[in-house]
Amino acid sequence: MSLETLPDDPQLRERFTELKRPLTAQAATIESNRCLYCFDAPCTAACPTHIDVPGFIKRIASGNLRGSALRILDANILGGSCARACPVDVLCEGACVMHKQGRHPIRIGQLQRHAMDFFHASGEELQTAPRNSRHLHVACIGAGPASLACAAELCRRGARATIIERKALPGGLNTYGVAEYKLRATESLKEIDLIRRMGVEFRFGAGIESGEDLRELEAEFDFVFLGIGLGALEQLSIPGEENEGVMNALELIAGYKTGRIRELAGTVVVIGAGNTAIDAANAARRLGAETVYLLYRRGESDIPAFDFEYEHAKVEGVQFLWRRQAVAIRKEEHGVLMLDTVQVREVDRTLQPIPESRQTIACHLVVPAIGQSPITDLMRDCCNVEVRDGRIVTDRVTGKTRNPRYFAGGDCANGGREVVDAVADGKRSALAMLEIAETVYA
Amino acid sequence: MPDIHVRRFAGAIDSPNPFWLASAPPTNCGEQIMRAFDAGWGGAVWKTIGEPVTNVCSRYSATDWNGLRMMGFNNIELISDRSVEENLREMAEVKKRYPYHAVIASLMVASNREAWHEIVARAEDAGADGLELNFGCPHGMSERGMGSAVGQVPEYAEMITGWVKEKARTPVLVKLTPNITDIRSVARAAKRGGADGLSAINTINSITGIDLDTLVPRPDVDGKSSHGGYCGPAVKPIALNMVQQVMADPDSALPLSGIGGIETWRDAAEFMLLGCGTVQVCTAVMHYGYRIVEDLAEGLESWMRTKGFNSIEDFRGLSLNRVTEWKHLNLNYKIVARINEEKCIGCDLCHVACWDGAHQCIHLDRTTGPVNGHVELHSTPVENEARTRASIAVTPVTRKERAQASSPRGPYMTQIERIPRVDETECVGCNLCALVCPVDQCITMVRLETGAPAETWDERTRGTNCTVQPHRS
Repeated sequence: MSLETLPDDPQLRERFTELKRPLTAQAATIESNRCLYCFDAPCTAACPTHIDVPGFIKRIASGNLRGSALRILDANILGGSCARACPVDVLCEGACVMHKQGRHPIRIGQLQRHAMDFFHASGEELQTAPRNSRHLHVACIGAGPASLACAAELCRRGARATIIERKALPGGLNTYGVAEYKLRATESLKEIDLIRRMGVEFRFGAGIESGEDLRELEAEFDFVFLGIGLGALEQLSIPGEENEGVMNALELIAGYKTGRIRELAGTVVVIGAGNTAIDAANAARRLGAETVYLLYRRGESDIPAFDFEYEHAKVEGVQFLWRRQAVAIRKEEHGVLMLDTVQVREVDRTLQPIPESRQTIACHLVVPAIGQSPITDLMRDCCNVEVRDGRIVTDRVTGKTRNPRYFAGGDCANGGREVVDAVADGKRSALAMLEIAETVYA
Repeated sequence: MPDIHVRRFAGAIDSPNPFWLASAPPTNCGEQIMRAFDAGWGGAVWKTIGEPVTNVCSRYSATDWNGLRMMGFNNIELISDRSVEENLREMAEVKKRYPYHAVIASLMVASNREAWHEIVARAEDAGADGLELNFGCPHGMSERGMGSAVGQVPEYAEMITGWVKEKARTPVLVKLTPNITDIRSVARAAKRGGADGLSAINTINSITGIDLDTLVPRPDVDGKSSHGGYCGPAVKPIALNMVQQVMADPDSALPLSGIGGIETWRDAAEFMLLGCGTVQVCTAVMHYGYRIVEDLAEGLESWMRTKGFNSIEDFRGLSLNRVTEWKHLNLNYKIVARINEEKCIGCDLCHVACWDGAHQCIHLDRTTGPVNGHVELHSTPVENEARTRASIAVTPVTRKERAQASSPRGPYMTQIERIPRVDETECVGCNLCALVCPVDQCITMVRLETGAPAETWDERTRGTNCTVQPHRS
C-alpha cells in the first residue's frame, strides 16, 4: 500500500515556482567547501533538532551524498521539508559564524535539500531496528510533523507507532499549510512515504472526538502522543463575517495546494500580518488577484512575520495598510464585498479608532489570518492533561504531560512554532517513552 | 621605480624581467612565445627540442582541493613532437623580432657526444641566448635513457654537461630532477661538468588520482595510465626546499632559475630570497594564460619599492642564511598563542585542533573560570559537544524572541562561552591554532621572555659523547 497522493498540477507548478532553486551538483560542492567545519557548531546548536550541519555539509563536499542524507535523517526525519520550510535566517544560517566576518552565511538549507533530494530520489529505505524488538505501541494523534517525528523515531528503534489522522492525507501543515513555492504538497507526501515504509502505521479519516474515543486508545496503546496542532483560525468577530467570500488563510492555502482553488481575481484583503497572512497574500497574488491588501492594526515595525517574509511579500506586489482595522463586511451585488475599516491608534496600550477615519474597500475576497485558536479543550476535559493559555503543559525535555500515559509536542504544546520545533518535540517524546518502556521491562 | 631587469644571468643572459616561461606547452612554438613576450614575459625556455616524439591522449590530470581546480597538475606529455628544423627556424624568427628577450633552448638527445655537439651547434646558430639541458623529465623519456634517467645519475649528468660545454658558446643551464634522494648530488655533478647555471625543480613523479568508477588512474589513456610529472601550487614548498639546499651548498651553488608552483609575485619573491636570479612559470599560465605576468611584474616592483630594494640583486638570497640545521635553533625561544576575543568568530576549530592534534591546552572554559594545568582538569571536546546536543533550542518566532536571539551576549561579538582560552602554562607554541584559525590576526603567537639565554641543541650537547642525550642540569 502506498499513501494516497495528489496529482501533479502543471498550472500550480507554474504559478508557484520555487523561491529557491535547487543547487546543481557543482554549486553544492563549491558551497559546501566554503563551510569552515566549526567545532560544536553554532548552526547545529541553533537547530531545534540539532542536525550535525558541518557533518552533513562535509559529506556533500566529499561526494558522500548518501551519508550526508543519513546524517540529516538521524537528527530530523523531515530533513527534506525542513530544508525548504525552515526560516533558516533566524536558525542555522542566522547562527553561521560567517556573519561575524561580514561574509554570506553558508546556504545550509539548500545544501540540506541537495542531500535530501538525492536520498529521496534514490528510493532507499531507512534502516530500522527489528520490528517489535521493543515492547511498546504508541498512538500518535494528528499526522503533522510532531507525530510523524515521534512515530518515526519509535519505529526506528523497534517500537510500534500508529498515527491517527482525521483528514485524508498525512503531513498536517507540511502538506496543507506551507506555501507551495517553499514546499510542494507532493514533496511532503513523498517524504512521509519513507516514514510509512519504515513501518509507521496510519489510520486516516479517524477523528478523536470524545472521551470515549480516548478511552479506546488508552486500552489499545501503551502511550498516546498528542500532536494535534492548533485549531481553526481565530474569528474576526465582526458583522458580516459569515458572508460567502470570507475565507480564512489556512482554508485558502489548503484549497490551492489541493487543487480546489485554481484562480482568483479582483481585489483580495488579508487581515493580519503573521507569516500565514503573508503566505495567503502572496498566494492570492500568484493565483491571479490584481490587488492584494494586507490590513494590519499595528505598524510596520510591529508585524509578527519574519523580516524576510515581509520583504518577499513586497516583491510579490502585496500592498500594506497599516494601523487599520476591519469593522464590518457587507455584501453588495455581483458578489462584491464591502469591507469597512477604520484607522486606529494606540492609546495606553489599547487600540482606539480615530474618528472620521472610516474607509470602505470593495473587494472579492476577505481572508482573516489572525492566529490559530487552540483545540485543547477535549484533552483537558477527558485525559487529565494540564492546559495553560491554550497550550498543553509539558516537560520540555521529555514531552511528558501531567497524565503519565500522555505526551504532547508540536504546536499544541509550544503554542505554534515551526516544523522543525515540532520534529524536535516529537523525537524527544519518543525517546522518553522508549526510556520508560526500557525501565518497565528491565 | 625599482629595476627588475635581469643582467648577465649565468654569465651572459639578459632579459627585461626575471619572469620566464618554463619549457612546456606554453612555449611549444614561436607564435606562442611571441604572444607571451607581447604580454610581458621576459624570457622563454623553448619546449624541449630533440628527436620528435609521438604523444598520447589524454596527457594531463590534476589534483583539485576543496572545490578549487588544479592545486596540483600532472602531465605525461613528452618533449616536442615537432621537428628540430621547424623549432629552430621559428626560434631564429623570434630572436630576430625580439632581440632583447631571453630565448633559451631546452635540449634532450640521446646520450652520445656527437648528438649533443650537433644539437648545441644548431640551437646556437638559431640564436638561442642559452641552453637548458633537460635532465629532469620523469616520464616516458626516462624509459629511453634520457631526461631523469640522466639526471638521477651524477656521473652521466657530469659527462653530458662536459660534452655540451666542449661545444657551447652560450651559458649552459642544467635542469635538475627532484626525483632523487639528494638533489645536491646532481647539482654538484653539473657544476663539476662546467655548467654555468641550474634550473630547479623539474616535475615530481606522481599519480594524481584514480577514477572511482572505472578504477583507472588519471590521465586515462585507453584504460591505462602512467606516472606523470607533478607541478603547480602543490609543489612549491618542495621546490623551495630544494632551491635552498642547492644554493646553501658551495659545491652546488650556481646561478639558479627557480621553478615549482610559482603563480604570484609572492611566490617569485620567495624563490629569489633563496637565491634564484630568474624564475620559470608553467602551470599558472596553463591555467590562466600569459596575462598573469602583469601582476607578477607589478606586484614584485611594488613589494621592492616598499622594502627599498632597487634591483633583484638587492634582495636575492637574503633569506638563505635564515635557514639552518635544526640543531642550531634556539631551544629557549618561547612563544604562546593569544586569542583576540574581539576578532574571534567562535568556530572553535582551534579548540578541537589543539585537543586532537596538538597539546590539549585550548579550552572552552571562560565562563566557568580559568583552570590552568593538565588535561584532566578540563572537559573534552566530546563533552562540550554533548552539552550542546542535549540543550533545547527553539525557533524564535516572536519579535521579542528574535531580538533576544540576535542581541550580543557579553562584551564581544561572539558570546564568551564560545571564545576559547589558551592555557599558557601548557601551550608549547606549536602554531597549529593560529594556522587553523580562519580569521586573520585573531590568534597570534606572542613571545614570552624566559630569561634564559639563547641555547641550541648543538651548544647544549657539544663536548658530550652522546649527541642525543638530553641536557642535565
